[in-house]
Amino acid sequence: MTDDIIELAGLGACPIPISDYPNVLLAHGGGGSLSQMLIENMFAATFSNDWLDPLHDGAVIDVVAGRMAVSTDSFVINPLFFPGGDIGSLAVHGTVNDIAMCGATPMAITVGMVIEEGLPMEDLWRIVSSMRRAADEAGVAVATGDTKVVDRGKGDGIFINTTGFGMVREGIDIRPTRMRASDVVIVSGTIADHGIAIMSVREGLEFETALESDSASLNGLVDVVLDAGGAAVHVLRDPTRGGVASATNEIAKSAGLGIRLRESALPINEQVRAACEILGFDPLYVANEGKCIVIVDPGSADDVLAAMHGHPLGRSATVIGEVVEDHPGRVFLTSSIGGNRVVDMISGEQLPRIC
Amino acid sequence: MKYVDEYRDETEARRYLDAIAAIVTRPWTIMEICGGQTHTFIKFGIDEMLPDEIELVHGPGCPVCVTPLEMIERALAIAKRPEVIFTSFGDMMRVPGSDTDLLTIKARGGDVRMVYSPLDAVRLAQANPDREVVFFAVGFETTAPANAMAVRQASMLGLDNFSILSSHVLVPPAMEAILGAPDNRVQSFLAAGHVCAVMGYWEYGPIAERYETPVVVTGFEPLDLLQGTYMAVRALEEGRYGVENQYTRAVTLEGNAPAQALLQEVFVTVDRPWRGIGTIPMSGLSLRPEYARFDAVVRFDVEAIAPPENEVCIAGDIMRGLRKPHDCPAFGTACTPEHPLGAPMVSSEGACAAYFRYGRVG
Repeated sequence: MTDDIIELAGLGACPIPISDYPNVLLAHGGGGSLSQMLIENMFAATFSNDWLDPLHDGAVIDVVAGRMAVSTDSFVINPLFFPGGDIGSLAVHGTVNDIAMCGATPMAITVGMVIEEGLPMEDLWRIVSSMRRAADEAGVAVATGDTKVVDRGKGDGIFINTTGFGMVREGIDIRPTRMRASDVVIVSGTIADHGIAIMSVREGLEFETALESDSASLNGLVDVVLDAGGAAVHVLRDPTRGGVASATNEIAKSAGLGIRLRESALPINEQVRAACEILGFDPLYVANEGKCIVIVDPGSADDVLAAMHGHPLGRSATVIGEVVEDHPGRVFLTSSIGGNRVVDMISGEQLPRIC
Repeated sequence: MKYVDEYRDETEARRYLDAIAAIVTRPWTIMEICGGQTHTFIKFGIDEMLPDEIELVHGPGCPVCVTPLEMIERALAIAKRPEVIFTSFGDMMRVPGSDTDLLTIKARGGDVRMVYSPLDAVRLAQANPDREVVFFAVGFETTAPANAMAVRQASMLGLDNFSILSSHVLVPPAMEAILGAPDNRVQSFLAAGHVCAVMGYWEYGPIAERYETPVVVTGFEPLDLLQGTYMAVRALEEGRYGVENQYTRAVTLEGNAPAQALLQEVFVTVDRPWRGIGTIPMSGLSLRPEYARFDAVVRFDVEAIAPPENEVCIAGDIMRGLRKPHDCPAFGTACTPEHPLGAPMVSSEGACAAYFRYGRVG
């Protein structure tokens, strides 16, 4: 256990003696004593809370009357550790954000891990510690979980599934069909940071300063948005895979209205822009993991924007476009030189160009 | 971003559009050679901002698009072999052969890897002495020098498990093929600035003279293309032909002498089929006999693979400026980026993909 990992987690050394088990074995998922040791010493001890501690087959949660949001997401990423986060923090942020985008307050998540035989025990501990820290920051508890170990070569280190639950805030109704023409489209900060950070590590691209993923839990920012805008907030969406282009297309299609974006208004970090230029990527299609799109009634847009600027994750929030009656179901963009183009859904992945 | 934003300025763009409108008196057909230029025209909406008199047709300068089916099929045959690590630039991965593509071969267990430089493939060969590492060397004069460098490096390292599948093509013979065709419509070329950064533009003078066609060496940013278009229209309106250089910040008449010398050392000029266009004399680069041991066609004995092209796809007409993507009966219906029939729908720089993606339907 290295010092920086201890510091990172704030949780002390790996509870599984490294000298005994430097790597995860098939038996750690086999249901016997090794499984028991891993669950009790690492998972249960780390995530301890009233729902989890009984270590029953499932968690029993008291709920109040109201509307509950549920979302599930599976996380597969290479590399497991990247600048600005790791698969553990990402798995918490991603599901917390999906719940927050429903206008709900995330309360609990479940964690399912599929671990590849041979994963260094230290890596697992780093990931679990990181999940705990991300869960604490987001104010959610890990209510229940599951662990499986697959043969070496049958997984990519570790896959994590998280499912989240949260109660929808009183008086809040978030869905694309509430969107109206002339609504204002806001993005909470610079786009394309996550996708380019991952790409840079994976492909060994080097920049003057390291690009970091924007991976973060957005429920705090969404609270601020809903406090300021209330029912005037019509749509919330985190533009993850497929980026802002895919997210706005999905919204426009569901709502049966058009969206017009302004290229010159898109906030993009200089180095991310440079990387996109080099690779031939369009930042509109690159993934984000800590940004949200807010579509709000024009009468409340200034209040919402001001509130976002007061939150650490919304300091560079900005208006990037508006909802229009024209071209229902499609997204158009006014280019930086005043031209016009369709922003379509992407088919497959963006591939780096030849020249 | 410095050196980018200056060339995407709305006020300057408007100034050039006004200047073009002020001098144009009749219809002109102008071809931009390079797919990157096509992409900028469409992505920034410039094609719709130009005066109606100016028709842009989109040239053959997309390496993915013109790589012939036989080369794709040879690549697929090699990539299927268990001893091979097949390496390629990203946008070749989805190019369809007759019935599959490299990504599908990868999904079925082939070891297909995306690289950013042919030198990465050389390093892979060093690190995997028990495997055969093959690099798919596609592209114009722009990518050829780096690929020549990779072959020379492999030779110096004494690697016997590295080879390239050379599908390099050259721009000037394609320009001649377009201008020399009886049904040619192209009246002026915007030549590809990056090709000229390597090769210079001394080769274009005789072509401009012989076919009495103005050629403007042009860059890739919106203002480059607007200025290049202005220079082409001015030459056409004044009845001048010859070669002008818009892209002076990157291109000289002579070009990059060491790069040209490297090409000479490693490659020899040969006849080469272009996808959808047919064979153009002396338009391709193959390895010289002294480097033949690095030729994947020889090493894997795939020369006999030469399938016929798809008959519906009109890619050849599009790349010669005779027709537009939406003139094709398959455009947007049988042929989409998800199920491309022809290569111009695959690459982000292909004219069909640009039209489809940016909603140019007619």
